[in-house]
Amino acid sequence: MSTNTTYLIRGAKPLGTEVTDILIHEGTIAALGAGAATHQLAAEATIIEAAGQIALPGMVDLHTHLREPGREDAETVETGTRAAALGGFTSVHAMANSNPVADTAGVVEQVWSLGKRSGWVDVRPVGAVTVGLAGERLSEIGAMADSRAAVRVFSDDGICVFDPLVMRRALEYVKAFDGVIAQHAQEPRLTEGAQMNEGEISAVLGLAGWPAVAEESIIARDVLLAEHVDSRLHICHVSTAGSVEIIRWAKSRGVKVTAEVTPHHLLLTDELVQSYDPVYKVNPPLRRQADVEALRAGLADGTIDIIGTDHAPHPSEAKECEWAAAAMGMTGLETALSVVQHTMIETGLISWADFARITSSAPAAIGRVADQGRELAVGEPANITLVDAEARWIVDPAAMATKGRNSPFKGLELPGKVTHVFFHGHPTVRDGKLDTPRITQES
Amino acid sequence: MSNEPTDARALAPISARIVLSSEDIDRVLTRIAHEIIEANKGVEDLVLLGIPSRGFPLAQRLAQRIAATSPGMDPASITGQLDVTMYRDDLRRSTTRTPVPTVLPVSGIDDKVVVLVDDVLYSGRTIRAALDAIADFGRPRIVRLAVLVDRGHRELPIRADHVGKNLPTATTEKVRVHLAEVDGANNNEVVIEAHA
Amino acid sequence: MKHLLSTLDLSRADAIRILDIAEEMAAVGTRQVKKLPALRGRTVVNLFFEDSTRTRISFEAAAKRLSADVINFSAKGSSVSKGESLKDTAQTLQAIGADAVVIRHGASGAPARLAATDWIDAPVVNAGDGTHEHPTQALLDAFTLRTHWSALHGHTSSGSDLAGMRVAIVGDILHSRVARSNLWLLRTLGAEVTMVAPPTLLPHGSNVWPCTISFDLDATLATGVDAVMMLRVQGERMHDSFFPNTREYSRLWGFDDARLAALDATDSGETIIMHPGPMNRGLEISSAAADSPRSTVLAQVANGVAVRMAVLYLLLSGDQPRPAPSDAIRPAGL
Repeated sequence: MSTNTTYLIRGAKPLGTEVTDILIHEGTIAALGAGAATHQLAAEATIIEAAGQIALPGMVDLHTHLREPGREDAETVETGTRAAALGGFTSVHAMANSNPVADTAGVVEQVWSLGKRSGWVDVRPVGAVTVGLAGERLSEIGAMADSRAAVRVFSDDGICVFDPLVMRRALEYVKAFDGVIAQHAQEPRLTEGAQMNEGEISAVLGLAGWPAVAEESIIARDVLLAEHVDSRLHICHVSTAGSVEIIRWAKSRGVKVTAEVTPHHLLLTDELVQSYDPVYKVNPPLRRQADVEALRAGLADGTIDIIGTDHAPHPSEAKECEWAAAAMGMTGLETALSVVQHTMIETGLISWADFARITSSAPAAIGRVADQGRELAVGEPANITLVDAEARWIVDPAAMATKGRNSPFKGLELPGKVTHVFFHGHPTVRDGKLDTPRITQES
Repeated sequence: MSNEPTDARALAPISARIVLSSEDIDRVLTRIAHEIIEANKGVEDLVLLGIPSRGFPLAQRLAQRIAATSPGMDPASITGQLDVTMYRDDLRRSTTRTPVPTVLPVSGIDDKVVVLVDDVLYSGRTIRAALDAIADFGRPRIVRLAVLVDRGHRELPIRADHVGKNLPTATTEKVRVHLAEVDGANNNEVVIEAHA
Repeated sequence: MKHLLSTLDLSRADAIRILDIAEEMAAVGTRQVKKLPALRGRTVVNLFFEDSTRTRISFEAAAKRLSADVINFSAKGSSVSKGESLKDTAQTLQAIGADAVVIRHGASGAPARLAATDWIDAPVVNAGDGTHEHPTQALLDAFTLRTHWSALHGHTSSGSDLAGMRVAIVGDILHSRVARSNLWLLRTLGAEVTMVAPPTLLPHGSNVWPCTISFDLDATLATGVDAVMMLRVQGERMHDSFFPNTREYSRLWGFDDARLAALDATDSGETIIMHPGPMNRGLEISSAAADSPRSTVLAQVANGVAVRMAVLYLLLSGDQPRPAPSDAIRPAGL
């Protein structure tokens, strides 16, 4: 590991605009622009040639399943954060549905310290809203907020906080800790045994339907609840056109609601289920093309605030089976940037500056991650991702850092390769390969 | 069916020669009909089973000639069609064959003298299949074999009792039988085709 | 044809060919020796993850009439009930040397999964998967319909389709693999289909299906149909609020004595009544209707063997790859 902590990135285009040199020293951006190369520190700097590449603020994922503790066969904090770094992330939020569930300060601190020890990205644990994700009693939200993990995002993701009274109480309670409830919107009775989007294709395939209304009715209820108690609500993995409309309406009323969309819901549709290949089984399910269009439009106009990967690795046996028996979920950390570039930037819907907002500054703001999602400016923490936007590559799950081989993008050619990632000034990724983790002093 | 191996991908023949004309076919069938009656010492208990597709019209033609010698006899009453598709030994190799109906005379074949009729005798495998098929339908007293052409190259110990024409061939050659009932009017000839 | 998974991907020519071959197979059933040597030495595995004695014995009879060896693999009492995966079961069958797998599974798409993966090379026949399809049932129904239709019009059935025939499929369409397979096949063969069901038992998204949808059985019968196919309804569905109770279901959507009498008053037996079995007498069909001369229930069973013989014959004959070199099947290490 190099002891040199000074790097000069030459020829990169911050947010895809003007070519600018970036000087990094001791974890922060020391100089930008014409003066960077002639800065007195630049003489000793390691030079990173990045001509034509795009410099972005390190990406922040509000929705990652790292599986540890409990399902280390599917993923560990170490493997999941390696995947995150390779995907251009400098921070991920680890969802609470581990085993044991992250519903106490002990579990969230364990995950937090595993993240520290790994050193590839900031790991921000998400706390469960209810004990054991059972939807009945509030978990120790305050203890988790006050722990070293400083939890601000609370979610029973995987399961909907269905009881309206529990949801109301949770929304109210997190206000004391500047927290946010991230809701997995799924009406449980309407989705009993649900296998895929309910519509023309499920009718033919004979798979039990997961109707759009099961998502939309919960979102409608929860935005009204959030308005009533004046609290922050975040909607995980919005998947339907109707949900986008409800959120747009709620925002127009001033409700403090934010929303996320996954890369896979921006690209894939339920037609893929015709193969019965469980790699396309995910919750919420892949929807219709019209939903994909509405999600892209909602993301472009700001109705949807962020990209959340919902990275959900599974061991191969969980997918090498019949559809109904298969686990739900897809990996996403190492393909997120490419899929968003493909679906949003190459279609002209958003700019790289918008990309920085939806993948970095907005998720950091929702998660209250102070030193992430910052501008690329002198004095700011050097969390920087460099992207070769011209590169194209073919997705090969076997070549990924995540343990999960369940990428629905397998075999697809996608644009955009992450070349370098600086995590607080430390290169975790160089030339598209993992470099070294950033080791910090902590007990 | 017995004129095989057929190959749909075969190129056009480089030469074709008529070995039996329409008149020749008529003449040899008349001879075979007489041989059958002779061998059977009459028409009693005779059943002619044609093997699809061209053995059946040949069986019908023979039956007409045989019935002509016996006033009041209905040729249809002694004629049948025996499908051997499901008894073949090459079902896995060639393209899937579609079976056709087996139709036996109402009197059945038990204790009858069954004459199997086919157009070309080649490897003998079709006749082997036909013998197995017959056994599933009954127990004839005698089974005989009549063919229009015997082109040699037997792969099984099978011999015809009545042969229209013995035709020495090379395995690269094809023997094509055209009969009006199957191939349309004015198509009555046996052609030998040489292939490169 | 490598597999038979769905009737959706059967062409008209393929469907008619299966039915034509099935006619020849049906003739075998009338002979003294009800056996053909066509599949001698081949092994057909009946892989049944769901109990279905009638479908299993039908496939078993079909395979045996073609001289195939039959292995019945029932999930009950096997390692499957101890949690063995579909993949491991399939690989086991591959190692045993199955030449064809007939699979019945509770999960929609399980046969498609077997066919798409490299777990097993053998042709796969879907013998009913979840609420997806049951293609051989649809083929035997089409066979039964074609026999009736050609007799009614005095033409030979071989080579013909069902053009102009009007068929009503009545009952629990939502959960019925029989209904789906029949719809696609009947349409391919030119018949007109009306689905009759309570709205709760029609799948969301079926509005785009190539059929007429009706909630009113009497109105559909009044328009004149050539065949009424009654589907089995599970009485327990009333606990999930699909209908109030079995009494109301029978009254509105069952083929009861009153409907039989109404039919008898309007035609002289041209309309047939079908049921894939097993029947819930008194629920979706009355005993009088099930036992009436119009009923084709037993003919359907008999035709099932012939149709399944045709399917097995087609899948297991014809351009098969030559046997692998012997070292490929030698156990590792030898």
